[in-house]
Amino acid sequence: MDIYNKSVVELSKLLNKKKVSSLEMTDYFINRIKSFDSKLNSFITIDEDHARKQAKIADELIANNKNNLLTGIPIAHKDLFSTKGMLTTCASKMLENYTPPFDATIVNKLNEAGMVNIGKTNMDEFAMGSSNESSYFGVVKNPWDLKKVPGGSSGGSASAVAARLIPIATGSDTGGSIRQPASFCGLTGLKPTYGSVSRYGMIAYASSLDQGGPIATSAEDCALLFNKIKGYDKNDPTSNFNTDQDEVKLALKKQDTKNITIGIPKEYFSKDLDRNISDIIYQSIEVFKKLGFNFKEISLPDHDYTIPAYYIIASAEASSNLSRYDGVKFGHRCDKPKNLEDLYLRTRKEGFGKEVKKRIMIGAYALSSGYYDEYYMKALKIRRIIRDNFINAFKDVDYIFAPTCPSTAFDLGEKSSDALEMYLSDIYTTPVNLAGLPAISIPVGFSNNMPVGMQIIGNYFTEANILSIAHLFQEETGWHNRIPEDFDHE
Amino acid sequence: MSNWETVIGLEIHVQLLTKSKIFSSSSTSYGKDPNKQASYVDLGMPGTLPVLNKSVIRKAVEFGLAIDAKIARKSIFARKNYFYPDLPKNYQISQLDLPIVEGGYIEIKDSDNKNKKINITRAHLEEDAGKSIHSDENNCTYIDLNRSGTPLLEIVSEPEMQSANEAVSYMKKIHSIVTYLKISDGNMQEGSFRCDANVSIRKVGDKKLGTRTELKNINSFKFVEKAINYEVQRQIDLLEEGKKVTQETRLYDENKNITKSMRSKEEANDYRYFPDPDLLPIEINDDYILEIQKTLPELPEVKAQNYKSNYDFTDEQINIILSNSEITNFIDKILPISKISAKKLINYFISTVYIKLNKENLNLLEDDLKPKDFYMLIELIENKTIAKNNLKVIIDELWGNNKDISFIIEKHINENANDDAELINKLIKSIVEKNDKQVKEYKNGKTKIIGFFVGQVLKEAKGADPSDIKEKLIKLLDSI
Repeated sequence: MDIYNKSVVELSKLLNKKKVSSLEMTDYFINRIKSFDSKLNSFITIDEDHARKQAKIADELIANNKNNLLTGIPIAHKDLFSTKGMLTTCASKMLENYTPPFDATIVNKLNEAGMVNIGKTNMDEFAMGSSNESSYFGVVKNPWDLKKVPGGSSGGSASAVAARLIPIATGSDTGGSIRQPASFCGLTGLKPTYGSVSRYGMIAYASSLDQGGPIATSAEDCALLFNKIKGYDKNDPTSNFNTDQDEVKLALKKQDTKNITIGIPKEYFSKDLDRNISDIIYQSIEVFKKLGFNFKEISLPDHDYTIPAYYIIASAEASSNLSRYDGVKFGHRCDKPKNLEDLYLRTRKEGFGKEVKKRIMIGAYALSSGYYDEYYMKALKIRRIIRDNFINAFKDVDYIFAPTCPSTAFDLGEKSSDALEMYLSDIYTTPVNLAGLPAISIPVGFSNNMPVGMQIIGNYFTEANILSIAHLFQEETGWHNRIPEDFDHE
Repeated sequence: MSNWETVIGLEIHVQLLTKSKIFSSSSTSYGKDPNKQASYVDLGMPGTLPVLNKSVIRKAVEFGLAIDAKIARKSIFARKNYFYPDLPKNYQISQLDLPIVEGGYIEIKDSDNKNKKINITRAHLEEDAGKSIHSDENNCTYIDLNRSGTPLLEIVSEPEMQSANEAVSYMKKIHSIVTYLKISDGNMQEGSFRCDANVSIRKVGDKKLGTRTELKNINSFKFVEKAINYEVQRQIDLLEEGKKVTQETRLYDENKNITKSMRSKEEANDYRYFPDPDLLPIEINDDYILEIQKTLPELPEVKAQNYKSNYDFTDEQINIILSNSEITNFIDKILPISKISAKKLINYFISTVYIKLNKENLNLLEDDLKPKDFYMLIELIENKTIAKNNLKVIIDELWGNNKDISFIIEKHINENANDDAELINKLIKSIVEKNDKQVKEYKNGKTKIIGFFVGQVLKEAKGADPSDIKEKLIKLLDSI
């Protein structure tokens, strides 16, 4: 059964034609995880029994023609989506033994669609990191080169999909955590508009920036999943009715492209960007030009302030969001606390890793009296300016193309000692989160045998269009179908 | 007298009367088994999000309109960060900048019985914490999160009260407004209405405020008065001994009637407030405010004016009627049908029902006592069909059991009511005649001696109504 290299759309056809059952497909991918994941460490939890149970239900739905395109397809969730009765650790010692009593809205919607949840993928602890090296459960490796990082924080999801251990996975993107690992692993990853997808049950890192979305091989697969998870949720007041309207269709035709203008922000192609990456992106722009799209250089000023503003806002929110982990109610509790203060201090000292502690401290400092105006307020002002710059740009152009990352995947350990260097790898992704816009990262080529990603950034709630543009490109090119050699076999 | 002047500001926490909590769908009802009314949101489970209960907005706006305040067209929630085991998220969702209600005022009586305006700084929405129950016996702390997430309106006054009495009047006024508007049940035993008092003193004439202390969580009018009086004296003693008042939070110990230090300013938390990213701003438009304005019940202030101009009530009687909306509703149902003077009617009410309410800590609902039944009883007393001293007993019998009133009255019809009155008149006359010395004392202004006469009459006429006797005695003595 040679199906590891199939997309979700292709697998769905096989299920529908009853060429293969969901149970067979589920066992197939479980076996693949068992054979290959020791090299990658992309999973924290695998729940075979749960998966087979869901697969059997899916097979019944298919037998009774009650299925949709996702019914019976195996999926894995980033380990910050709450899964009822299944460990949800956030890759932290703090939640090592935490089993949620309820499902995240995303998980619930996909369960209802009949998808088969095989398990939970590794990540940076509490989604804080750009290399998946901060996980309590160990680093994740990049299937394209096991000495390299898969990116982060959704590194486990990206690594698993790239090695075709699972056809599709969920991720979350606070500052680039879907797009950057998708780029490092040669995948397609969609960060929806803030509010498009419910955050309920997704364990918070930075509430005003966090957004869940799909990581898959193709834009088509991302669209399938996005259709099922989007929409208003009464449990999340920041979710938005805008996305409830229509099903996303990849409706863009080649004859429509001549009316579309794409902006190339000059600030995103400065000396910070690896020259090879710049060249590859310009080569792919040639493909888009042939498809009929128009291009225009634009300016997105104040780009240099993005990273400081992002790290202040995200850390400030995190410092408050992570206060609840105190050893009182759930999660890790230190042994024999002497008193309340001792309980708090030791629990948090033992339960959190270094990167998490660092961000809690940065955030608490930025919010503390006397520093609030200087740091937090100033960061909010920059955030508004960045958003306004995008809004202005979209008066002039329809979409914006940008590199996803300044480099391809770097070596394990290369940047883990230099926080600033690490933070700069998010320089092209964080502005999109600060502005709350949708963006997709697609593979556009290789530099030194490592994948290169490019972002298509759209105006608010234009997921259908950016998915369509990505899809047109993927119909012309084959980058998204490339599979790392070590994993391109049964 | 004293050359010290007291300055008091109050922060009153009013529990809003809603079915469900401010950010979750759990019930707010009181007295359930511990942690039976705590949802995943109330427990602060990872991934949960607050969803605003919209009915709290309306209640806050009603309060704002009632005190003539500015209603914020846009207000936001903020997180107040501090660690405590009964605060599950280790932050409280509250409001800091842009509270829903700003400004406004109420009027109270000062010590000279003159009207005094007390300005209100702000009123904001927030969630309550749970409860910690410390057990020395088992050397542990139990946590009950049933109260966690209960909606509160925190009403902050300007530091404009100058005595414990004024503070209590202010508190009572706020209490009557919120119960009037039915935005709170105002139940102080259950903590639905509690207050923190900021107290400082300064030399009379000083412009600068003295160092203040904050008295936390006082839940009765009586304790507010006692706590403030104690605290003012403590501060005077300190300053007169040449010592300093420390800025700190203090707790009132109701058993010992003292205040004691809880934490000083140095130990105070830096709450690291910031806008809560999980909640959208509350936006209110003019139409919404206008709509609420139209349906707002008549407020105590306005009602007091109406009572004054339409009936012969005393100020004290009006205060009692307006002290609680249940009482107001009760009286309002009787007034239009009453042929008896309003003053007399209220006296009957105060000496029977009102005393019962306070003594037994009861509500006054239709099912407990029907206003028209109560009025019928008063009429029957007035036309002497039943004896006045039977009123209390009849009310006790009637209370809450929905019996037909005629059935109860029948038992109490006093055919000798008139004769009884006749008898007592005679008795009074003879006792006054027999006690010249005491009559003289009374005439010389020792009016307290009336108690002696009442006692003498009661000895002969057991079970008669003392107030009735007293009234008659005064009439007779004054006429001599």
